[in-house]
Amino acid sequence: MFTLPVSKLNDLFAAVASTRKLYLPVDDEASGHAEYKVWHEGVTLSNALNTARSAKDFFFPQTENLVDFKMEGKTIEVIDTRTESEDFVVFGVRACDARSFDILDRVFLAEPVDSYYKNRREHGVIVTLACTRPEETCFCTVFGIDPTNPAGDVSGWIAGENLYLSANTEKGEAFLSSVSKLLAESDDEAVKAQQAEVKEILKKLPLGSLDLTPFKPENLLKLFDSKRWKDLSEACLGCGSCTFVCPTCQCYDIRDFDTGHGIKRYRCWDSCMYSDFTRMAHGNPRLTQVERFRQRFMHKLVYYPSNNEGIYSCVGCGRCLAKCPISMNIAKVIKALGEEA
Amino acid sequence: MQSEMIKRAKELLASGEVARVVGWKAGEFDYDITPGVFTTAEELDSAFLYNDLCEANLSKYMIAQSRKEGKTLVFLKPCDTYSFSQLLKEHRILRENVYVIGVPCDGKVDVDTVKATGLTGICSMTSDGETVTVKTLYGDSTMSKADAMSERCINCKSKKHVVYDELLGEEGDVVADNHRFDMVEKIEAMTPDERFEFWRNELSRCIRCNACRNVCPACSCEKCVFDNEQSGAFNKGASDSFEENMFHIIRAFHVAGRCTDCGECSRVCPQNIPLHLLNRKFIKDINELYGEYQAGENADERAPLNTFTTEDVEPSIVYERGGKQ
Repeated sequence: MFTLPVSKLNDLFAAVASTRKLYLPVDDEASGHAEYKVWHEGVTLSNALNTARSAKDFFFPQTENLVDFKMEGKTIEVIDTRTESEDFVVFGVRACDARSFDILDRVFLAEPVDSYYKNRREHGVIVTLACTRPEETCFCTVFGIDPTNPAGDVSGWIAGENLYLSANTEKGEAFLSSVSKLLAESDDEAVKAQQAEVKEILKKLPLGSLDLTPFKPENLLKLFDSKRWKDLSEACLGCGSCTFVCPTCQCYDIRDFDTGHGIKRYRCWDSCMYSDFTRMAHGNPRLTQVERFRQRFMHKLVYYPSNNEGIYSCVGCGRCLAKCPISMNIAKVIKALGEEA
Repeated sequence: MQSEMIKRAKELLASGEVARVVGWKAGEFDYDITPGVFTTAEELDSAFLYNDLCEANLSKYMIAQSRKEGKTLVFLKPCDTYSFSQLLKEHRILRENVYVIGVPCDGKVDVDTVKATGLTGICSMTSDGETVTVKTLYGDSTMSKADAMSERCINCKSKKHVVYDELLGEEGDVVADNHRFDMVEKIEAMTPDERFEFWRNELSRCIRCNACRNVCPACSCEKCVFDNEQSGAFNKGASDSFEENMFHIIRAFHVAGRCTDCGECSRVCPQNIPLHLLNRKFIKDINELYGEYQAGENADERAPLNTFTTEDVEPSIVYERGGKQ
């Protein structure tokens, strides 16, 4: 384990930023939120627990161009617009978002590999930071995530006056050696003490005891046919807030944009809550908001784990709890369906 | 008030006058209240809630609920009745299928406002009408209710119920001396460049989740122009940040003269964009150019933007007014 005084954080950021882009959570005055922003001299790390938008944006941006087409007479030229991503570092990712990358990897890096996602993933180094002040909306522990011991290429802790760093991957080792001049070797006493302290807070989390046992493949039909979906979804506005702030929602739409000189084929985030989601020639297979709402939670709690060794595609970050306009969310769904099962 | 409401709802359900009740449902942390539909006395007893934290405007739900079999009872706060009345004017709600009970509102406590004071880990939040008690993972605290209310309630425009079948409490009065246009005036006083910068910065945070549009009682088109592939304005993913900004500007134009200033757009925005300021600018302009007008106040009155009079301002007004140059 390596350490650096918090007072020298700026030197660390400057050293990293001298070789590649560095993103970190920064307080945004207008919104009152923390958001990932590019570091430059004068920018300071936010103290907020988490960013309003998740860290998935780095690898899976809201919109991106896939390919261009040019038509001349009866011939169509296909132009590959992909370029090699630049190296970048994301500093201050929390344990929940770090887990979300594993969940996204299982979708985008499985065959057929998504080259756009892979390109960014390979060029990004993730430096995490352990949580010290969880919110009431946090329930990552339910999914086996330890917020005091976050994953990532490098795990980080700010305890007392020091930052502690420990590499988990080759990329992480390379990152630490690139800034080794600033780091000193250290034992993990301070980190351990902090972990013990935060674990006491975790015990008090009101959603820490959500019971996931009913959400297993054998219960698929029973859960699908539950009578509760109707009342749970009754007030749903059909907006995309939950899906767009979610670190694991990975659905997208592919569309063509006519520039007048050719076609730009792009993809953009889509939401299962939207009425045109997965619309086909015959229409939308999910006719009402009840089915769309059910899809989101069945996907996270049953379909995805059925296809991925029991891993749920929720990380308990709590963003959807804080942001849903009608305060309906996955925690309420887990409780309601659990009572029934 | 809550027990009176439950009692009345049960009576109306029992007599068969109404088939269902639209109200507010309790959540996990006191503040995460969900609009809900109740059809039995047991459901009302176990989850129906009305208190200082019930922020949601239930009027838009009546578009769909009024098309169901039988009558629907809905509880409306004063400002919600303006939205309801405006929707009646636009022939969106089947009035004969709705039973409206007006309920008093003394301003709502807003969790985001409380969080903005720096409190985190809020597990419980209750209000006695004067003081808000907040219990968090890191200790308890109290604050005055005025400090816990969102801007839309601090600058409440009216505590008057403009439409109802029955009232629990007073009809209420319009609040004449509110300060809801103060921020609009500040923005008007900016130079065009400053103003452009202000809005570019605010709107740059948009994630285009459509929460503002979907919650908005004035946005009741069956298919939004931005969702319609045949419209030429289809816009699921913006090609650049300016196009993204246009979504909000076009939406503001479309609800101009119909927006009652209920403030739901800003309440639900996950990115804290002060969207209500765009709408308030239009309201202020209409007041100044066509005479005082409050959308939703009167379901029979003709709206200024839909009515031609010889006193109407000429288009050249655009060049004669505006902020600092």
